Amino acid sequence: MAEFFQTTIHDYFNYWVYVILMMIGLWAVIAKNNLIKKLIGLSIFQTAIILFYVSIGVKDGASIPILHHHDPAAHAVSHEESHHKEGHKGDDSAAHKEPGDDKGDNAEAHAVNPDLIANPLPHVLMLTAIVVGVATLGVALALSQRIFKEFGTLEESELLEQLKGGNVDG
Amino acid sequence: MITKVLATFAVVITGALLLYGVSDFPAFGDPHSPANAGVEGGAPSISNYYITKSYEDTKVPNLVTSVLADYRGYDTMFETVVIFAAGMAIFAILRVFSDEDDIEPNETHSEGNTFTDGDHSRIIVGTTVRLVVPVIQLFALYVVAHGHHSPGGGFQGGVILGASFIIIALAMDLDAALARFSEKSYFRLASVGILIYAGFGVLCQVLGSDFLDYGILQKIFLTDGPEMARSHSMLGVEVGVAFTVTGIMFAIYANLSSRGTLKSAL
Repeated sequence: MAEFFQTTIHDYFNYWVYVILMMIGLWAVIAKNNLIKKLIGLSIFQTAIILFYVSIGVKDGASIPILHHHDPAAHAVSHEESHHKEGHKGDDSAAHKEPGDDKGDNAEAHAVNPDLIANPLPHVLMLTAIVVGVATLGVALALSQRIFKEFGTLEESELLEQLKGGNVDG
Repeated sequence: MITKVLATFAVVITGALLLYGVSDFPAFGDPHSPANAGVEGGAPSISNYYITKSYEDTKVPNLVTSVLADYRGYDTMFETVVIFAAGMAIFAILRVFSDEDDIEPNETHSEGNTFTDGDHSRIIVGTTVRLVVPVIQLFALYVVAHGHHSPGGGFQGGVILGASFIIIALAMDLDAALARFSEKSYFRLASVGILIYAGFGVLCQVLGSDFLDYGILQKIFLTDGPEMARSHSMLGVEVGVAFTVTGIMFAIYANLSSRGTLKSAL
């Protein structure tokens, strides 16, 4: 049981959360009769996608995707290596590219280790998606306001009834 | 009722299928998952390229900003255009101009709503907002301007700046906010934002490079190399994004809260 928990829930926890959240949103979009409630469902659905994207960029033990300003490789080097580098510390960051390090290939010694920095790409994609999501939600709310103005209701069944009866004004 | 049963049925089936697929996914936090490190034997991971080479290419320590505004600059430009288009759509859908034709004249026109009119219930909130708004706006400008060194950027700073006007509208009333940030100015600001972003792209073309290939702008910024020119250009386009987001966020609130009349909101 504990092993089952470890392999199915613990390691895949983020996917469980995203699937459950997404299904809550999907259910609201399908089953709810009120347009505003459908919009809430749509927003929950969107949040689930955002959560999914951000969670796949997570790396265990990694730092945020912002490098050290003067020494980009500072995250990536082990403790003694960073101690070894203290001598260079006063130099401009360009100095790190110059050869002369006794470690051989200097570019490699100062390269950022990707395993220690979280994946920036999902963050970028979701950053714009969140703001665009707010803007498009605004459009959706504007449309619902307009529908309410025209029909006096936001219930889907009543709207369909009115449309069937040809009771469309304006 | 039958709809809800069918919906539950469909949702449970879909969820079960998705959860069945989960077992093939990489574990949470795996640094060598395909999304993080690329597929074995396949193309090298673009994410790892960003992490390892971004600072060399652009001299921007915040990888999110460098990917957002440079590597994926074209994408970000059109994300900004989407926000602008959303603002235009709300304007087209909701905005009404004539006072008489207002379909639901539900509220008396801003009676006793302004802070100066001495509505006691609003004094504490209004004063607090007056004190807090300059700090919020300063922080927003910091978030925009410092976006390539710390968490932040045009989208985040623009939203904070837009929210600072929304809080004025909430605490006092919409007229008070519109007196500080009128309809004319927020749409103007939003358009200027897009213009700045696209202008950077066109400027690069004029100087003989590709659209939004900021490296060539070292001729204008007089930097040592293309890297610093990229860094400066990123700040420029982030400011453009912030302008657009600020304007449209407030436009959305102003139109929605007043049903397009821009009078007597909420």
